[in-house]
Amino acid sequence: MGTEESSDLNPEELWQLEYDKAQLRDTPFETMSGVPVEPIYGDGPYPGQYPFTRGIYPSMYRSRMWTMRMFAGFGTAEDTNLRFKELLRNGGTGLSTAFDMPTLMGRDSDSEWSLGEVGRAGVAVDTLADMEDLFADIDLSSVSTSMTINGPAVTLLAMYVAVGDQNGVAPNQLAGTIQNDILKEYQAQKEYIYPPRPSMRIITDMVKYTTAEMPKWHPISISGYHIREAGSTAAQELAFTLANGFAYVEAAIAAGQNIDEFGRRLSFFFNSHSDFFEEIGKFRAARRIWARWMKDRYGATDERAMMCRFHTQTAGVSLTAQQPENNIARVGIQALAAALGGTQSLHTDSFDEALALPTEDAARIALRTQQIIAHETGVTNVADPLGGAPYVEWMTDEMERQAEEIFAHLEDLGDGSILEGTFAGIENGYFVGEIADAAYRFEREVNAGQRIIVGVNEFTEGDNPEDRNLLRIGAETEEYQLKRLQNVKTDRSQNQVDEALAVVTDIASDSTRNLMPAIITAVKTYATEEEIANAMEKVFGTYVERAIV
Amino acid sequence: MNDRQYRVILAKLGLDGHDRGIKVVARILRDAGMEVIYLGLRQTTSSIIAAAEEEDVDAIGLSMHNAGHLTLGPKMIEAIRDAGLDLPLIIGGIVPDEDNEQLKKLGVAAVLGPGASAEEVASTVRNAISARD
Repeated sequence: MGTEESSDLNPEELWQLEYDKAQLRDTPFETMSGVPVEPIYGDGPYPGQYPFTRGIYPSMYRSRMWTMRMFAGFGTAEDTNLRFKELLRNGGTGLSTAFDMPTLMGRDSDSEWSLGEVGRAGVAVDTLADMEDLFADIDLSSVSTSMTINGPAVTLLAMYVAVGDQNGVAPNQLAGTIQNDILKEYQAQKEYIYPPRPSMRIITDMVKYTTAEMPKWHPISISGYHIREAGSTAAQELAFTLANGFAYVEAAIAAGQNIDEFGRRLSFFFNSHSDFFEEIGKFRAARRIWARWMKDRYGATDERAMMCRFHTQTAGVSLTAQQPENNIARVGIQALAAALGGTQSLHTDSFDEALALPTEDAARIALRTQQIIAHETGVTNVADPLGGAPYVEWMTDEMERQAEEIFAHLEDLGDGSILEGTFAGIENGYFVGEIADAAYRFEREVNAGQRIIVGVNEFTEGDNPEDRNLLRIGAETEEYQLKRLQNVKTDRSQNQVDEALAVVTDIASDSTRNLMPAIITAVKTYATEEEIANAMEKVFGTYVERAIV
Repeated sequence: MNDRQYRVILAKLGLDGHDRGIKVVARILRDAGMEVIYLGLRQTTSSIIAAAEEEDVDAIGLSMHNAGHLTLGPKMIEAIRDAGLDLPLIIGGIVPDEDNEQLKKLGVAAVLGPGASAEEVASTVRNAISARD
């Protein structure tokens, strides 16, 4: 890419040079009927070439399929550990952890806030002991792990490092992603602990630590998924997400980080909803916008720091409680859009998720849906197979245009700084207001029958609620977890815990020092997640959202 | 049928932060002519009771997406009774059909599931209130 001897080659020749270097999967790249197909069609810039509209790799899925990363987590750490192993046995290639609400909010299972929530919407992690159970008998040097957590992300990352340490796996061998995208919490998902500015400081510390110690780790997965689930349009999802990305970049640059180094570590997480071409246009626009801004605005010179790598999840909010089997078709279409949009990894929702957490059978069908797209449809033979189609190119341009309008508004709010504009938009209710307006508009259209949702406001016959087999998490999980926490607290040295927590508080009040090492020390004393959160809260305070409708 | 303007408190009880549904419901009820007091996220039973007394409301609506309805629902009912209030509690969100009966036995006035239309939402709240008038 851009080396001297190749500078007089045209884009197609350059692409060919890179493609020839790529290792390909051992499979014939031909149609079902035996017609050989080319790896790319149409015009440049080609896949793997700036601004990466057509994909970030020259050979895309000919070299490597997307990672089929299924989000799982329920009950105790041991329950989830079994589900992880089942997914690995079934050909899943990455682990993805869902935590329960108390864990996501930095609360222990024995907090009064946790009643009824322990182990319900994900796995409960109070101390390092739970993390040890969660990853028992899994070789952390050979899997990539995604942890979906934000407010207390620093503590969970510290626990993961500590589990690796216990098993002789050094931080530099740990591969994975931690969501750690706090800005979208204030905008959409609402799982924050501290106010925005101290939260950004914690994230900057994590970026510094992982850049130095964990080269295979992605310290932030900048997530539009929740923004979309909260009701935004596709263009708002795109724009708010990338703007949050710009904000993290501005914060890291201000903290003295090298954009080419940390830029390579950033990754994204998008929603794939049901409007097929709008989604594909959104994914293509995301890559182009990110590349342009990283290069032109923030001065990245390493192309890897300009590449928008992303995970995709199908739209949970599109799943209907009525005739839930129809959701299998919805998920299939949304997953296909993600594949045609060039995603690096994918979670497909289970058809029963509008009713409860997924059963094992439903989760398996969701994984099989990805495997059918990957192995039976032939869409993986050609990179960006829809590129050049007038409608797809128009949609890509239109998504970019709408996003640029939103960036301009945020720049205005922040006097030229996207970071400050984002803080301002959180404070003045801009993001939550825009999202709520879009959500309400959609609901009204459905309600008025202007939008048909199959099985909900049309074609409603054939629902059989009595046939449903739902996953129920019993109260025994909560009881088990409370006992487990009590035992851990009895067995640990309270002096060690208190000392380690005092250090965390000290470092929280000194922004020139990095919180990560102190938190790793604290988790190793079996200090709880909430104790560590409180140690920082003493300095940082808490965030309370203004209730606006 | 009563012509006065109904006043309804809407709140998220506990840690669950899924607020898309409750915000849509707030607008639906406003459009239907009711006065809505939205308390926001991370409310406790006591913060909801305090607001209900202060605002002199006709009903309380909670939204639950994390399967907390069978633990937090009864707690809210108990808190309403302990405060000596005669207010209908309406729960919306992801509640499996088979739990509806149990919630109603416990004293929950109505349950609104995903996909309820605006008319259903408004009439359910209105009926729950007028049943006690």
